[in-house]
Amino acid sequence: MKYAAPVTVEEAQHLLASDEEAQVFAGATDLIPQIRAGRKQPPLTVDLKRIPRLVNMRVEGNTWVIGAAVSAAQLSSNPDLAVDFPGMTEAAALIGSDQIQSRATLGGNLCNASPAADTVPAMIVNGAVGVIATSEGTRMVPVSDIAIGPGSTCLAPGEFLLELLVERPPLRTADAYLRFIPRTEMDIAVVGAAARVTLAEDGVVESSRIAIGAVAPTVLRVDEAEAALAGRVIDDDLLDEIATAASERGSPITDKRGTADFRRHVVGVLTKRVVAAAAQRAGGSQ
Amino acid sequence: MSRTHVTCTINGDEVEFLAFDGQTLLDALRDEVQLIGVKEGCSTGDCGACSVILDDMLTCSCLVFAPEVEGRSLTTVEGLAEGDQLHPLQQSFLEGAALQCGICTPGFLVAAKSLLDKNPDPTEEEVRYAVAGNLCRCTGYDKIVRSILSAAADIRETM
Amino acid sequence: MTTTQPEYKWVGTRPVRHDGLDKVTGRARYGADLALPGMLVGVVVRSPHPHANIVSIDTSRAELIDGVKAIVVGADFPVIGHDDSADAGEGVVDYRDLSRNVIARDKVLYEGHPVAAIAATSSTAARMAAEAIEIQYETLPYVLTVDEAMAENAPILHDDLITKGVSTSMGETNIASRELHEGGDLDAGFAQADVVVEREFTTKAVHQGYIEPHAVVADTGEDGRSVVWCSSQGHFLVRTQTAKVLGWEPSQIKVIPAEIGGGFGGKTTIYLEPLAVMLSAKAGRPVKLVMSRDEVFRASGPTSATRIRVKIGADKDGKITAAQAWLAYTAGAFKGSPVGPGCDCILTPYVIENFLIEGYDVVTNTAKVTAYRAPGAPMAAFASETVLDEIADELGIDPIDLRLRNAVKEGARAVYGPKFRRVGFIETLEAIKDHPHYKTPLGPNQGRGIASGFWFNGGLESSATVNINEDGTAVVVTGSPDIGGSRAAMAQMAAEELGIDVYRIRPVVADTESVGFTDVTGGSRVTFATGMAVVEACRKVVGLLSERAAKVWGVDQSEVEWVDGQAQHVLGAHSPLTIEEIADGAADTGGPVTASAAVNARGVGMAFSTQLCDVEVDTETGAVKILRYTTAQDAGRAIHPSYVEGQMQGGVAQGIGWALNEEYIYNNDGVMENPGFLDYRIPVASDLPMIDTVIVEVPNPNHPYGVRGVGEVGIVPPMAAVANAISDATGKRITDLPMSPTRIVKALMDNED
Repeated sequence: MKYAAPVTVEEAQHLLASDEEAQVFAGATDLIPQIRAGRKQPPLTVDLKRIPRLVNMRVEGNTWVIGAAVSAAQLSSNPDLAVDFPGMTEAAALIGSDQIQSRATLGGNLCNASPAADTVPAMIVNGAVGVIATSEGTRMVPVSDIAIGPGSTCLAPGEFLLELLVERPPLRTADAYLRFIPRTEMDIAVVGAAARVTLAEDGVVESSRIAIGAVAPTVLRVDEAEAALAGRVIDDDLLDEIATAASERGSPITDKRGTADFRRHVVGVLTKRVVAAAAQRAGGSQ
Repeated sequence: MSRTHVTCTINGDEVEFLAFDGQTLLDALRDEVQLIGVKEGCSTGDCGACSVILDDMLTCSCLVFAPEVEGRSLTTVEGLAEGDQLHPLQQSFLEGAALQCGICTPGFLVAAKSLLDKNPDPTEEEVRYAVAGNLCRCTGYDKIVRSILSAAADIRETM
Repeated sequence: MTTTQPEYKWVGTRPVRHDGLDKVTGRARYGADLALPGMLVGVVVRSPHPHANIVSIDTSRAELIDGVKAIVVGADFPVIGHDDSADAGEGVVDYRDLSRNVIARDKVLYEGHPVAAIAATSSTAARMAAEAIEIQYETLPYVLTVDEAMAENAPILHDDLITKGVSTSMGETNIASRELHEGGDLDAGFAQADVVVEREFTTKAVHQGYIEPHAVVADTGEDGRSVVWCSSQGHFLVRTQTAKVLGWEPSQIKVIPAEIGGGFGGKTTIYLEPLAVMLSAKAGRPVKLVMSRDEVFRASGPTSATRIRVKIGADKDGKITAAQAWLAYTAGAFKGSPVGPGCDCILTPYVIENFLIEGYDVVTNTAKVTAYRAPGAPMAAFASETVLDEIADELGIDPIDLRLRNAVKEGARAVYGPKFRRVGFIETLEAIKDHPHYKTPLGPNQGRGIASGFWFNGGLESSATVNINEDGTAVVVTGSPDIGGSRAAMAQMAAEELGIDVYRIRPVVADTESVGFTDVTGGSRVTFATGMAVVEACRKVVGLLSERAAKVWGVDQSEVEWVDGQAQHVLGAHSPLTIEEIADGAADTGGPVTASAAVNARGVGMAFSTQLCDVEVDTETGAVKILRYTTAQDAGRAIHPSYVEGQMQGGVAQGIGWALNEEYIYNNDGVMENPGFLDYRIPVASDLPMIDTVIVEVPNPNHPYGVRGVGEVGIVPPMAAVANAISDATGKRITDLPMSPTRIVKALMDNED
C-alpha cells in the first residue's frame, strides 16, 4: 500500500489515473479502520491535504467555497461560517471527539456516503453543491445527489471532490442540526435531522428545507413537512404535524444502533425540535 | 516491502524514521521511534490512548498514516515535562490520584494539554467534552476532571 | 461514620503513588511495550462460526510464506482431563476447559475461538499466513442465550457435560450445575406478606472494557524454559495455568509482570500465553502476541448474560417475610458462570427467614465468561433491589427505611450460610440518608433511586519480603500486580510499621522467581491479604532491627523498643539508634536486614455499598442523563483514601455503563456485531457527573489496620439505583438491561396505549 501526497489537483488526477484502485483520502478516520478491518486494501492511497485548494475556505461574492479536505475543527471554529450557517457548524462540531475533529472533513463525511453522516443533512438543507474534479475539468453536483447509497457515490473512478459551494443565506433565514446518540459524544448518529427556515416579515414560514439522516439508504428531504410549514406560523400542532411527516418519510432499519421503530419515532422528535430551533434563529436574525 | 523515509519534529527534536507501507503513525511512533508512551487501546480512534498533538491539533495517531507527518511537528506524552520539571498537568494527575491503571493517562495528559493551550480557563463541562474522546475505565473520570481543572488554575496562577 | 480510631502517621493519608511518575511520563511498560532482539510477531486465527466441528486444518500453504517461522494448532497441545482443576482465586478452573479455550481441538464453540496461531517476522507476513491456513468447518446449530440453551432439544455444546448436583447423564444438557439455598418455610412466609412483588429481569453480556488489550512476549530457550512477560492480574496464576496447558512444570516458566492497563477480573485467566510460549519454542525466537480490540471483545471477558426472577413479600411495616429467586447465567463456551456468587449475594444484605434461591450455570456458544468485578452480584442486585424498591413504593415506605428495617448486622446469618461478623451495611444506609444529596429537590422528568449491594471480598495467599537497604530505606517486595495504586497502600502500611517516611520505601511488584507465591489481584484482596503479609514482614524486620540495636548496646532485646524509625532503650540508657545507623552497621551485627512473610489470609471483611442516583429522562427520545450520584461504602479502613474513592467511583461508572448502554449484540449468524468502543458504548467523560463518595469506616477486626477490601462492591448497586431513579422519573419499571433509549421509548409508548 503506497502513500502519495500530491500538491496540485493535476498531480492527484495523474496518480488516480495510474491505478484504478487508488483511494483518495483526507481525514482517513474511516479509511484506516476499514483497512485494518480488511474491508479495503487499496494499492495506493492519495492524501489530498497537501493541495491548497482543498484545505482552504473563503467567501467568494455571495458564496462560501469550502475545500473538501477542510477539517471539522477548522469549519466549526470559523466565526463567520457560524454566523451564516449555525446548523452546518454544529453538525461539523458533532463529528466525533476533538481528536476526530482535527482529521475528519466535510468532503470525507460526504463521500464516505454513510446515511448517518452528520454534515450531509445540514449541507442539503443549505443547497450545497459539490465541485468534482474530472478528467475533463470539473463538474458540479448537488450534495443531495452525491451519495447514492450506503458507501457509494456518483463519483466515477479517478474523480474526487474538490470543494463545496454554499450560497450565503437570505434574510430571516437560519439552519439547525440535531442528532440522537445514546451517549453524549463519540457515537454515530442513530438519526439526524437538519432544517433551514426562512421566515416572512410577519413571522410565517416563507420557505423551509428539512433533511433527515440514518432513516434510509441516503439522506432524505421531508417534502411533506416543508409543504406543511409554508405560509404558516409555527406552533405545537404544526410541529406535531411535521414530526409525523418526518416519521413516515423514512424507511429505517433495525441494527446495532437502534430499532426501526425507535428511529421512526425519534426522527419525528428531532425534526420538530430542529425546525423550532431553526425558526427561532431565523426570527432572531430579523 | 518498500519503506518511506519520514522526517519530522517530535517533542522538539528532529526525528527520522522509515515507515512501512500502510503503517499508522501510532505503530511508527511505538515500533520505529520507540515512543512507547503512546498507547494502543483500539486502533479505530475510539479510545484516545494514542493521542498526540500534531501541529497544534489533537489527533489519534492510530488514524494517521505515518508518512503524513513529513515535515510536521508532534508532541507526545514524552514531551510534556521540561527537563526534570513535570508539566503542571502531570503534577496534578499525581497529586489528584487521577490515574489507577495508568494506560489511558498519556492520552488524557496530551488531550488536556491541547485543551489548556487553547482554553486556559475551561469549565467542568468544557473539560468533560474536551476529553470525551479519551476513554478511562478505572476512575469514572471524576479525579481526572478535577485534576485538569486544578492544573488549569495552577497554570493561570503562574502566568 | 467515625468510631474512635487510633492515630496513624501514614495510613489514611494521600501520598503520591510511587509508580506515578513513570505513568505520567510514558515510561511505564505495559503488556505490549516490550520488544526483544529477534522478536517475532504473531496472530491468532479464530473461528468465524459460533459452533462448528473442525473437519481439517491445513497449514502447508501458510508455512511457505516468506517470514513465517512457526504455526501451532490444537493438536500441538497435550490432552488434559477434567479432573485436573484448581481454585484460581476467582472461582474454580477446569484445566481441560481452559486448555480448550486457549486453542480449540475438535470443535469451535464460539465466534473468535482460537484455532491456530502464527509467528512471523512481520505482522504482514503473519496476516498473510493466517489467510493461507485452510480450515474446513462443519457448522452446527448454536445457542446464545440461557433461554435457547435451556430449551428442550437445544443444540448441545459438550457431549460430556452433566448437570452437577442434579444428574449424571452426559451430553444431554447445557446446564452445568444447579445451585440451591433454602431456609424456613417459603409458603408460610409469603402468606404473612401484605405485599408481594414478583418480576422477571434480563441482562446482557457486558465486557470488563479495560483499555489495554491482552499482550504477551514469550522467550523459550533450548533448555525448555520460558520467560513470559505479560500484563495480568496475577503472574503466578499465569505461570500455573500456562504450565498446565502446555503440560509443563510451573518451574519451567518465569513470568515477569508488566504494568497492567486495567483488568476488573478479565485478566485473571490466560489466553495468549501458552500460544506464545509454544510458538517461541517452535521458532527458537521470542514471540509477541497482542490482541486487537476486536479480539478482546470477541474472545476475552465478558460476564454472563442472565435471566433472573425475583419474588419478595413484606408485611405492612416493611419487614421481608419471604423471598424467592431463580437465576440463570450464561457461562459461555465452558462451564463456570458466576451464578454461584449471584445466588450467594442476591438477598444477603437482608435478614430473611424464609427463602428459596436456585441458580443455573448454562453453557452457550459465546466467549467463555471471565470474572468481572464482584462476579455475578451486580445483575442479581439489579433484580432484587428493583423489586425491593417497588415494595417500598407500594407500602409508601422510604426505600432507605425499608432497607434499614431488614438490614443485616453482626450476628445475623446470611442466606448462603455464614454468620456476619461486624459489618457496616447500616452505616452506609445512614450515610446516604444523612447526605445533602438525599434532600436535593428534583425537577420535572427527574427521578431519584437508591440501591445497595453486598460482596464477600477475598483472602487467599500472599507473600511479601521487606529488605532494608544500607541507607536505611526499605524495599517492599510483593507478588500482587498494582492495578490501581496498591503499591502506595503497601508502602503506607510499611511506613507505619517501620516508622519511616513513606517515600523512603520502594514498593516493588516482583516476578515469579523473586517473591513467594501470591494469588491474583482480584476479589478486592490485595490491600487486605498482601497488606497483611507486608505488615507481618515489617514486624519481623522491626524485630531484627531491635535485635541489632540490642547487640550494639549489649542489652537484652526486651529492653529495646521501636519508635518512629529508631531503636530506643526503654530506660533511656543509650542514645537511640536510627534505622539508617543500624542499616549502615548491619554487616557488623549479623548481615543484611531482611524478612519475608506469607499468609493464607483469613478473616475477610465483607463489604456493603449504598448508592443514590438522580436522573433526568428525555421522555421523547429516551435519553437518560445522570444528574447526581453519591456512593457510600464500608472500606473498613481507607489506607489511601484517594484510591479508595477511585475504586468506588470506577465501580459506579462501570455500573452506569452496564445500566444504560453496554451490551453484546449478536447478528443472525451468532457473530458479535459491536466489537469496538464505537458501538460497545462505555461511558465517556461527558456522560457522567462528579461521583460523590462517602467512605464509611467500620474497621475489620481481623486486619491490622482494619482493611476490608474496596474494589468490587461498588459495581453491585448502580444498575438498580439507575433503574429505580428512571422509575421515579417516568413511572415505568424497566426490567431489561441495558436501559437504552430504545427500551425507554418503548416502555413510555406502551404507557400511552
